[in-house]
Amino acid sequence: MAELRTRIAGLEMENPTMLASGILGQTGESLFRIVREGGAGAVVTKSIGLEPREGHGSPCLLELDNGILNAMGLPNPGIDSFGEEMAVALKAGAPVIGSIFSDSPSNFAALARKMEGYGAAAVELNLSCPHAEKFGLDTGSDPAKVAEIVSAVKSAVKMPVFAKLSPMVPDITAIALAAEDAGCDAIVAINTMRAMKIDIDIGKPVLRNKVGGLSGRAIKPVGVRAVYEIAGRVKVPVIGAGGVYTGRDAVEYLMAGASAVQIGSAVRERGIGAFGIVSAEIAEFMKENKYKSLNEIIGLARGK
Amino acid sequence: MDIVTVTGVFNETKNIKTIRFKWAGRSKPGQFAMVWIPEVDEVPMSISFSGEESGITVLDVGEATWALHNLKPGDRIGIKGPLGKGFSITGKDILAVGGGSGTAALALAVESAIAKGKKVRCALGAKTSGELLFKKRFTDMGADVRVATDDGSEGHHGFVTQLAEKLIAKKKPDLIIACGPERMLAALTEVAAQHKIGIQCSLERYMKCGIGLCGSCQCGRYTVCADGPVFTGGQLAEMADFGKWKRDPSGRKMHC
Ligand SMILES: Cc1cc2nc3c(=O)[nH]c(=O)nc-3n(C[C@H](O)[C@H](O)[C@H](O)COP(=O)(O)OP(=O)(O)OC[C@H]3O[C@@H](n4cnc5c(N)ncnc54)[C@H](O)[C@@H]3O)c2cc1C
Ligand SMILES: Cc1cc2nc3c(=O)[nH]c(=O)nc-3n(C[C@H](O)[C@H](O)[C@H](O)COP(=O)(O)O)c2cc1C
Ligand code: FES
Repeated sequence: MAELRTRIAGLEMENPTMLASGILGQTGESLFRIVREGGAGAVVTKSIGLEPREGHGSPCLLELDNGILNAMGLPNPGIDSFGEEMAVALKAGAPVIGSIFSDSPSNFAALARKMEGYGAAAVELNLSCPHAEKFGLDTGSDPAKVAEIVSAVKSAVKMPVFAKLSPMVPDITAIALAAEDAGCDAIVAINTMRAMKIDIDIGKPVLRNKVGGLSGRAIKPVGVRAVYEIAGRVKVPVIGAGGVYTGRDAVEYLMAGASAVQIGSAVRERGIGAFGIVSAEIAEFMKENKYKSLNEIIGLARGK
Repeated sequence: MDIVTVTGVFNETKNIKTIRFKWAGRSKPGQFAMVWIPEVDEVPMSISFSGEESGITVLDVGEATWALHNLKPGDRIGIKGPLGKGFSITGKDILAVGGGSGTAALALAVESAIAKGKKVRCALGAKTSGELLFKKRFTDMGADVRVATDDGSEGHHGFVTQLAEKLIAKKKPDLIIACGPERMLAALTEVAAQHKIGIQCSLERYMKCGIGLCGSCQCGRYTVCADGPVFTGGQLAEMADFGKWKRDPSGRKMHC
């Protein structure tokens, strides 16, 4: 089997697949299982805030023809009760990346400090939730605010800091560059895109929140484009997300310039084993095409 | 999601109603659906009737269940399903133990076991005689139905688990299937383990997505919506949360 072991911003991973934030990442036991049974190279926790939050009402998730529409609304138990979950997750042995969200640089810094205390290998700043007021795009679409948050977190912790971006901005490279200049260690792209489903028999939007975030196959071309654009401008690693279901999807992201991929929606179709399956498919593609290392593929489509 | 038309709403007990709707969902015993009541909520409900006119059987406990009780024939609701893994009935002699509205989750299993020629005994429990669910339905199907009430108004005066123990003592079943309050299920799994009888329990957890993505229904290492809601005694024994902890909508732990 081709060598899939990789190192991103100092994190040692058995393979380049990670669990995306918000998919089963709310408890320690599920994170543990996604590493041990699922085969993920690393896991990202559900986005955690300062206070417990119930999230939006139901329906909050729909399966559409080409993807998943969710308006979970950042439900989470609050950072103070997340330490016990982290302790269990860490026993799996893979890097656990703590995702956090907030509305101010100082609160982001406070959350990151707690995540570091809990043993997180890195922190992922959710600057991109498209359906929770105050907590996402308002800040994530403004390069100055992004820089301010990244700096605040960088000065609060020693671990690597990842910035997770939304594609719903006119120029995603401007945001990525602002995050890099402020010291961030990797860019994650993309989060979900604002979308809506109306049931025409009922004559109403189906989501209780009306608007949600679209993920899955439908957004893969957007994610690949975003990674391609960002990787051309920043020096830090880029982690691709959005519609990775198969090894070939992952390779497409790698060729666009991603060093690793995150997988979320595909868990619905391929189960928690998705990570191991996608990794095996990447290895098979490499073997068939005589690639010896991931580095030969990363950025290939850009002519390096 | 399928938009379906309600064909009838029927009283089962003073606070439980069955809602029938046109939907041939081909549900297996023990599976559930996420039921969308437009402009109100979406909630998980066991599928208690299958065929051309499927049905759910609902205890009124709050806003969504009240809205379900007030549906009229012709109203439209949304159904996502059938979801989850149901019962897998093995052996010849089955003991079905239902507590309160949990009995709804057993209905299709009792029906299909009898259709397959198995001997089915039911132990049904409720607070009081008027709240016993499906006593007549299961009897009409051909099951041997015994009941327990907390107030002693009918049948065994006390817990349904005590009634189940009596039935086990009389004749050991090949399999126990159960749904009801989690402490009842926890007590029953101990009884089953003592007597070395296989058991499958249907669990309830707060559910949001119903399809194994959001993690809100996590119990131990399993998601109740996708890995369950029916779990074997062996799986239940692995779950430190079973009978002890559940999670609120934010994911915080609370006592069962
Ligand atoms: C797999 C499964 C099958 C179920 N089958 C049945 C059934 O056949 N018949 C029946 O009467 N009830 C069933 N329930 C319970 C039913 O879903 C809740 O009673 C219902 O959601 C309550 O909604 P409400 O708005 O009326 O009450 P609320 O006032 O909103 O809540 C009352 C209580 O109901 C529970 N509840 C509320 N929302 C949810 C939710 N989204 N998921 C899980 N629990 C919730 C909580 O414990 C809460 O404390 C089932 C639950 C699950 C998980
Ligand atoms: C149910 C659900 C919940 C999500 N919750 C979060 C979250 O809490 N934080 C976050 O940064 N992204 C969240 N996301 C976005 C994913 O992490 C990911 O960026 C996106 O779904 C694209 O990847 P996919 O197509 O593989 O799902 C969520 C996605 C889904 C489907
Ligand atoms: S309800 Fe979302 S994982 Fe079970």
